[in-house]
Amino acid sequence: MREITLSKAVNEAIAEEMRRDETVFVIGEDVAEAGTPFKILSGLVEEFGTDRIIDTPIAEPGFMGIAVGAAMTGSRPIVDLMFGDFLFLVMDQLCNQAAKAHYMSGGKLNVPLVLRTNMGATRRSAAQHSQSLHALVAHIPGLKVAMPSSAYEAKGLLKTAIRDNNPVVIFEDKLMYQDKAPVPEEEYLIPFGVANIKREGTDITLIATSSMVQVAEKAAEMLAAEGISAEVIDPRTIVPLDEETLLKSVRKTSRAIVIDEGHQSYGVTAEIASRLTEKAFYHLDAPVVRMGAMDVPIPFSPALEDITVPTPEGVAEMARKLCSGTMIHAA
Amino acid sequence: MPAKPKTNSEDYLRMYTQMARIRTFEDNANQLYLSAKMPGLTHMYSGQEAVAVGICEALKTTDKITSTHRGHGHCVAKGANFKQMFCELLGKEEGYCRGKGGSMHIADQANGNLGANAIVGGSMGIATGSALSAKRLGRDDVTVCFFGDGATAQGLMYEVMNMAALWKLPVIYACENNGYSEYTRTDEIAAGSITARAEAFGIEAFKVDGQNVLAVNDLAQKLVARCRKGEGPFFIELETYRYHGHHVGDINREYYRSKAEESEWKTNRDPITSFGTWLAEQGIATDAELKAIQEDIKADATAAVEYALSAKYPDVIEVDMHVYASAS
Repeated sequence: MREITLSKAVNEAIAEEMRRDETVFVIGEDVAEAGTPFKILSGLVEEFGTDRIIDTPIAEPGFMGIAVGAAMTGSRPIVDLMFGDFLFLVMDQLCNQAAKAHYMSGGKLNVPLVLRTNMGATRRSAAQHSQSLHALVAHIPGLKVAMPSSAYEAKGLLKTAIRDNNPVVIFEDKLMYQDKAPVPEEEYLIPFGVANIKREGTDITLIATSSMVQVAEKAAEMLAAEGISAEVIDPRTIVPLDEETLLKSVRKTSRAIVIDEGHQSYGVTAEIASRLTEKAFYHLDAPVVRMGAMDVPIPFSPALEDITVPTPEGVAEMARKLCSGTMIHAA
Repeated sequence: MPAKPKTNSEDYLRMYTQMARIRTFEDNANQLYLSAKMPGLTHMYSGQEAVAVGICEALKTTDKITSTHRGHGHCVAKGANFKQMFCELLGKEEGYCRGKGGSMHIADQANGNLGANAIVGGSMGIATGSALSAKRLGRDDVTVCFFGDGATAQGLMYEVMNMAALWKLPVIYACENNGYSEYTRTDEIAAGSITARAEAFGIEAFKVDGQNVLAVNDLAQKLVARCRKGEGPFFIELETYRYHGHHVGDINREYYRSKAEESEWKTNRDPITSFGTWLAEQGIATDAELKAIQEDIKADATAAVEYALSAKYPDVIEVDMHVYASAS
């Protein structure tokens, strides 16, 4: 199978859906001729024109609000939010307007829009261009949240998102845009709420999102060499969450680590760990452990930044503790 | 009334009726609040009727509006019925939003009402996006964005007016300047000129007496027609007055405005009374006929209130319905 970059996968998903459905358009800063600073959308304006690849002023709340209104009236906008950190700028339009319109109207208004944005530290971009803020939007009922872990997921999840009748926020890890993965030539979609078991194992479950899937897979390889069999699961969407697949795995392995690049406190790791503890408590041989980004603004210096996010070594070390029983007495 | 006499009596009587319906709706809503029969609170549109009616009478059903927390007037003017509105105000299943929205969130998509909005200025992006949809998809719909003078302090307005002007969108920004931003005089929150702000983006802006329904309607007709020809966007500042407080519970308000001022507007600038006088002067309707219209509306409202009071609440199983639309 051919291999393409995550960036190319996103580009293909948008192009395919725009050919399929005239109501789809892209709106955001420098999306047309510039193709975004990451060059993800390069070439789209040549095919679809500036009427459908719409460059905006630097006004995130404005174009977010415009997308909400367009979505309510027969369009399917794809909003390009250049950095995930800018979510704070669009929160009213996303969380008070888009997320609630269907419910507040008793099901009359639909807001079928996609907000594409990014996440991920270690790009030396400091605290306002490095955050992973998906937990903030996952907290708001009415929004769906997808977190692709490779080019394959990026394409299939984005196509599903564009066809969904709800507001969907997709977080792409900006450090993975040039990562290649096998992606079929023929069309496919990835349904929401269906986790992907990346690697089967029997001793411990590593539940990981986005780029943390790679971290978990590397940790699983290290552990395999030591005789510890780790199962790696990628939920792919955190809203909706495929709780059943996660529970089934944990009931089998009796141990779990949840790894995600959002800040560790009050985050996605806590939510998943809590659900596992509530629903698989009698199957557990060790506490479910959260591993997220440190609770600090992301620092600029490489010497500091690299230690703020989970690493394969750190995950493997935690897995060893859980499997050997030492974690139970850690407190 | 300075407006020129016309021959279209039916249009005039409909405008009168619609204004009277809004006033009567609000009188009943206020009573429901005062008698503790309505959950929560609400914001009265009384006094501003000529704005909603003058503008909405220039629109087709497929044209869109976005509304505000003070939205009952826009809702009635765009074609909503009393029964479903009162049911919504009381949180009943038969309400426009099955009781999930209440006073501040009534949406009536079938009549082009994209919903009231409880975030001040929160619908400006939605209105502009609706206009973008219409233009992109080749529909000739016009969208009117209603908002108050208080919302002119929100940054979103300037972001979306900039884009609407750049992209020549068929949207009309209708600023209902009722003199007060909640409990604060507008001249204390708005520097300079409100219309000049739109003009800075190259948007043609107009000021009109918001108590004169014919003046509002004449202007709205012209601007809607120009929007359909691709000449939008436009901005209108409508000078008007809110008879009640910021909300129904805002009773003692002399610390921010005098009773004499309220009395002056109600006595000398009431949009319904003055239009009724003009209709009689022009021989379009007699005082008795106007009174009969008012009585019919009152009876209609009374029946709707009674219906809504005894209507059933949504079943509790509805609490987690409509969080998400079906995926496809």
